[in-house]
Amino acid sequence: MPTQEYLKTERAQEWREALRKTMRNKERTDIPRVKMPEVDPEIRSHTYDEVNKGLSVEQALNESHRCLDCVDPTCITGCPVEINIPKFIKNIERSEFLEAAKALKETSALPAVCGRVCPQEKQCESQCFYTLKLNKPAVAIGHLERFAADFERESGNISIPDIAPANNIKIAVVGSGPAGLAFAGDAAKMGYDVTVFEALHDLGGVLRYGIPEFRLPNEIVDVEINGLKKMGVKFETNCIIGKTISQENLKADGFKGIFVGSGAGLPNFMNIPGENLIGVMSCNEYLTRVNLMQAADPDSDTPVHIGKKVAVIGGGNTAMDGVRTARRLGAEKAMIVYRRSEEEMPARIEEIKHAKEEGIEFLTLHNPLRYEGDEKGRVQRMLLQRMELGEPDASERRRPVAIEGDTVWVDVDEVIVSVGVSPNPLIPSSFSGLEVTKWGTIVVNQDTMQTADETIFAGGDIVRGGATVILAMGDGRKAAKAMDEYMRGQKSEGQ
Amino acid sequence: MNKIVSKENLSEKVVKFEIEAPLIAKSRRAGHFVIVRVGKKGERIPYTIASSNPEKGTITLVIQNVGKSSQKVCQLEVGDYVTDMVGPLGKATHIEKFGTVICAGGGVGVAPIFPIIEAMKKAGNRVISIIAARTKDLVILEDEIRKLSDEVIIMTDDGSYGKKGLITQGIEEVIQREKVDLCVTIGPAIMMKFVSELTKKYDVPTLASLNTIMVDGTGMCGACRVTVGGKTKFVCVDGPEFDAHQVDFDEMLMRLRAYS
Repeated sequence: MPTQEYLKTERAQEWREALRKTMRNKERTDIPRVKMPEVDPEIRSHTYDEVNKGLSVEQALNESHRCLDCVDPTCITGCPVEINIPKFIKNIERSEFLEAAKALKETSALPAVCGRVCPQEKQCESQCFYTLKLNKPAVAIGHLERFAADFERESGNISIPDIAPANNIKIAVVGSGPAGLAFAGDAAKMGYDVTVFEALHDLGGVLRYGIPEFRLPNEIVDVEINGLKKMGVKFETNCIIGKTISQENLKADGFKGIFVGSGAGLPNFMNIPGENLIGVMSCNEYLTRVNLMQAADPDSDTPVHIGKKVAVIGGGNTAMDGVRTARRLGAEKAMIVYRRSEEEMPARIEEIKHAKEEGIEFLTLHNPLRYEGDEKGRVQRMLLQRMELGEPDASERRRPVAIEGDTVWVDVDEVIVSVGVSPNPLIPSSFSGLEVTKWGTIVVNQDTMQTADETIFAGGDIVRGGATVILAMGDGRKAAKAMDEYMRGQKSEGQ
Repeated sequence: MNKIVSKENLSEKVVKFEIEAPLIAKSRRAGHFVIVRVGKKGERIPYTIASSNPEKGTITLVIQNVGKSSQKVCQLEVGDYVTDMVGPLGKATHIEKFGTVICAGGGVGVAPIFPIIEAMKKAGNRVISIIAARTKDLVILEDEIRKLSDEVIIMTDDGSYGKKGLITQGIEEVIQREKVDLCVTIGPAIMMKFVSELTKKYDVPTLASLNTIMVDGTGMCGACRVTVGGKTKFVCVDGPEFDAHQVDFDEMLMRLRAYS
């Protein structure tokens, strides 16, 4: 948590005081929440253009007036990277958009990404005064975050955070996804000599291979990574730590600390009959082909099946990305098959809304039992079990229970399995000194993200098993701070 | 970017490249593969590392010129660069002194079996190498393999060189003649299927190195999945070598036709 004192000092600044007096709270709370302008569903379901167009200056200014600049800004407690939310919003209100972007960057390495992919309704916006006390729609914090980050990028005046003097301590980061990038940004600010190693040929991890362009354009990821490069972070693609360079060789090369953010790179399957038929694939495979390998581009050498009747199994954000991609690639029928009801879906509300607008069918309370193929082994149809909701389970969601004997065959020519991922085994299996759970996640101290080897820290899905971009970033920040404390301790011991 | 330092045509359709990759050359072991990509729109394709020279910092790949992507690689010349290369990937071959080991490589499978012959010999095994090709001109790496093997049997489909017949006939002849402790086989999936059926009949433990379709090669996508002993396995991280008698070759053959 940023210190209360810091928040108070910031809030007490003259300009903030003055701004608060320009409008009565009643007037502020009477302003309706802004609506994000979107590309028309009919048009966008055939293109890869970003769905959300971003707020206009006028819309952003108007929305910024809704924020009451609370004495106790509870919204910050909902943010895994603890952005000083009132500070950036009030900078928007006084038209200091670049200052707003700077405030975001105090604690967030990737504001333009977070403004697009964070589940704000479950985080900052769920803790907004409007939500908690007024029973009104929260301030559109996520939309405003995106506005400030985009404004800065488009202005060409991209600020680089203040960097502490170089301490010449070499740190290796495994994986260039959100956990690794957040860690790298913070460690670079603290003066460390940071190198990020990426297994794939392009940077960004899940931001690149997973999240499609219509939700997070590659250009945005490039800009955020270039920002880190300007801060002195070095990047090595095509390099698998534990394979290309061993743990021992990293140490021999002078790396004093390692942060592992290798992600949840192992897709789960349901182990039901017919799952290995042609046309049945993991959502990771489908999205990697389309996003990373640009398989839908006629010039690309990587092929992808273009399904006409596509079923995506699962109800998370990845499933929504998969089904909406299938729609854009030409699926006449694109379906979500989910074993619980819509209420239990883990996907962001906005993604579900967008999917529906684009004509995606939702077969909720359905669970696949088996797939059948033609004589060439291509999937043709699937047998679904109808479900009902029973008592709540360990996840506090109501458990789906099969309705005995109630099944239905549905024709499909492509099935995309999106039922979660498991941690990538490369690091746990090739590193010594780590403690690993039976699920393959790395055990860390929850407060410091430090592993059983005190020079190695870890965060993101390799620790959590499968979570969100912003939680991974929160882990990266926490780990950077803790590693800095550890390194300082080592240094003073050595003196 | 990895520079090509030498190129040699082993046959009309098979090219041997020596490519700069110092880190991979240092850490690779027999059985490992790399993923190679040529051009910004190129596919990621897996190739087994045939050999390496850690001092020189190079690895050797032997590539059969079939399909669009391998053709792109084969068109590269000395001094050109491979756009991307990552590795070593997969699990290394389990090498120990088993006794008598048959190494059966067919077609372009001869190149990836070469490092296994080398390592098995070094571990003190009696190595019988059986190499098969359609015809004489397609027999590759014969001299290199002869230097490392206790015995070499060459089989050609048309009888233009060595013995006439399929690789299974060569293997069966050896099994009937003497006790074989292990058979390692690499080649087209259909060939490995028949080798597996044969050695199962004689109860000879057999490893097959599978060459499935891959995208990332690091476990992320599952395009390479196969059924082994009734369970789904990923060739890229669980393999590429598996107990051949447990592999569902029919499913693998079907999946290999996914994009054809």
